[in-house]
Amino acid sequence: MATAHARGAARVMLSPAVVLLLLWMIVPLGMTIWFSFQRYGLLSGMPPEWTGLTNYRYFLTDPAFFTSIKNTLTLVGGVLAITVVGGILLALLLDQPFWGQGVVRVLVIAPFFVMPTVSALVWKNMFMNPVNGLFAWVAKLFGAQPFDFLAQAPMFSIILIVAWQWLPFATLILLTALQSLDSEQLEAAEMDGAGWLSRFGHIMLPHLTRAITVVILIQTIFLLSTFAEILVTTNGGPGTATTNLTYLVYAQSLLQFDVGGGAAGGIVAVILANIVAIFLMRMIGKNLEA
Amino acid sequence: MGRITLEKVAKRFAEVEVIPPLDLEIEDGEFVVFVGPSGCGKSTLLRLIAGLEDVSAGTIRIDGQDATGMPPAKRGLAMVFQSYALYPHMTVRKNIAFPLRMAGMGAEEQERKVRAAAEVLNLTAYLDRRPGQLSGGQRQRVAIGRAIVREPKAFLFDEPLSNLDAALRVGMRIEISQLHNRLKTTMVYVTHDQVEAMTMADKIVVLNAGRIEQVGSPLELYRAPRNRFVAGFIGSPKMNFIEGAEAAQHGAAAVGIRPEHIAVSTAEGLWRGTVGVSEHLGSDTFFHVNGTGLGEAITVRAGGEVDLHHGDAVWLTPEADKIHRFDRDGLRFA
Repeated sequence: MATAHARGAARVMLSPAVVLLLLWMIVPLGMTIWFSFQRYGLLSGMPPEWTGLTNYRYFLTDPAFFTSIKNTLTLVGGVLAITVVGGILLALLLDQPFWGQGVVRVLVIAPFFVMPTVSALVWKNMFMNPVNGLFAWVAKLFGAQPFDFLAQAPMFSIILIVAWQWLPFATLILLTALQSLDSEQLEAAEMDGAGWLSRFGHIMLPHLTRAITVVILIQTIFLLSTFAEILVTTNGGPGTATTNLTYLVYAQSLLQFDVGGGAAGGIVAVILANIVAIFLMRMIGKNLEA
Repeated sequence: MGRITLEKVAKRFAEVEVIPPLDLEIEDGEFVVFVGPSGCGKSTLLRLIAGLEDVSAGTIRIDGQDATGMPPAKRGLAMVFQSYALYPHMTVRKNIAFPLRMAGMGAEEQERKVRAAAEVLNLTAYLDRRPGQLSGGQRQRVAIGRAIVREPKAFLFDEPLSNLDAALRVGMRIEISQLHNRLKTTMVYVTHDQVEAMTMADKIVVLNAGRIEQVGSPLELYRAPRNRFVAGFIGSPKMNFIEGAEAAQHGAAAVGIRPEHIAVSTAEGLWRGTVGVSEHLGSDTFFHVNGTGLGEAITVRAGGEVDLHHGDAVWLTPEADKIHRFDRDGLRFA
């Protein structure tokens, strides 16, 4: 696309797709913003009317809002910690030559292909259930009292479920990064007298920073909107113990039938997600340059 | 000190024997070059000495001490890799200091040694750059610097110049030779380039399919190759081999004559042929002469001023005392 003519033609060709994508984004966003300024309850039987910032005032002063922010950050942070550390360890393990390596690598990706609702239900009913679950069975085997995960440690349980789904993603990206490391660098370090830990700290980990950045960025985007796992396991409870921002918006609009309040919450979530994104890019985005 | 002795050292990968048992003595302060075609096991042999591969059988001694089972770091050897293997996220200073840091040396001592090494290798101006910002030759020097600071018993070079362009290669060749003259440390150097081997080595080890074909000084190998493989490998352009009736006249299965030991004339000579390709280098001219009835084309080196071209008829005369005779098994006999 060297000439001005070619550039012009390219713009014309691209414009339908760009316009379509823009509408696709702008229309729902515009409608959400519009609704967020309306008193619009589905059960009130009243026609929608303009209320200004009332919806925002109610949403932002709701005690559940702060809990949900805290829960969102706990969930994202917890899952990131588990997947990054676990992913590095698994990648190191899978990078070793062993019999059946190819099959094992395919199996490791498997959890990523299970739908979130399905995997959450499997965890809830087959593993964490205090009566019939596998963990309860193990606990009873040792004569211990079964632990009711979702009641006693609901947030931890959800973090565990979500981390299980995302661990393969992190592992896969980190494994490919690890395999792209020049083996001569490791050999050189070995000759230079670096033990395994030094080689990991001085050679492998710096090599992995870019991949870790990618994992953190992509996962954060998806983890901020975790919903299905919460809906099918705890319904945001007990109380609001596992209500994250996404779930709070859902509860506002579809459990309390308050469309206006839900829309306001949605806009707040969009703004918060952007703030998080800016912070992330500032903090670790520079790793992606060069 | 840096005396390396290999006794009956062998290497097998699964069932494939890459290096059959071999013995080799590398004297202290010697510049030894392992040379051979690709896949001949020369790099593997170097990695066995370095400890990056385990030997399947035999003993490696360094300064008389059994080093066979020693981890690489304990052997006191430094290696320069073909890819340089610099640490991309560290500055040149940190790269060179890395082995010292791993040895737990104090920061001041490290800095002093890094400075000294940088001085020797003309890297002082680049100490704060990263490997990505350096040219190939500079990276090579950083890799050598990282090896020097450790003051190893011996340096191991694994085809260090093969990623450089031709002009730089000649320059680095001389720099490495100068380095050896100054440090007087044992150097083991692996290459597939016989020119590098001839120009740098005190002792050349010619390898073929994991076997040592011959060990000797460059001129020994040039003057008295043990067999056809060494005769063909050492010297550029390659030695001409002639079989059949012409060889039988000399009482051999094959005779070899180097291109530089054949005289070219337009008037008279022993063999008659026509010039196929002529390569004029200015200082020398190489002719590929066809139709001599001696089998393949004969390569001849003549002076730079000889003005012969494709299709010209020429007479060739080998120097009688420079003809090498080989028996049926390819071994040279006098």
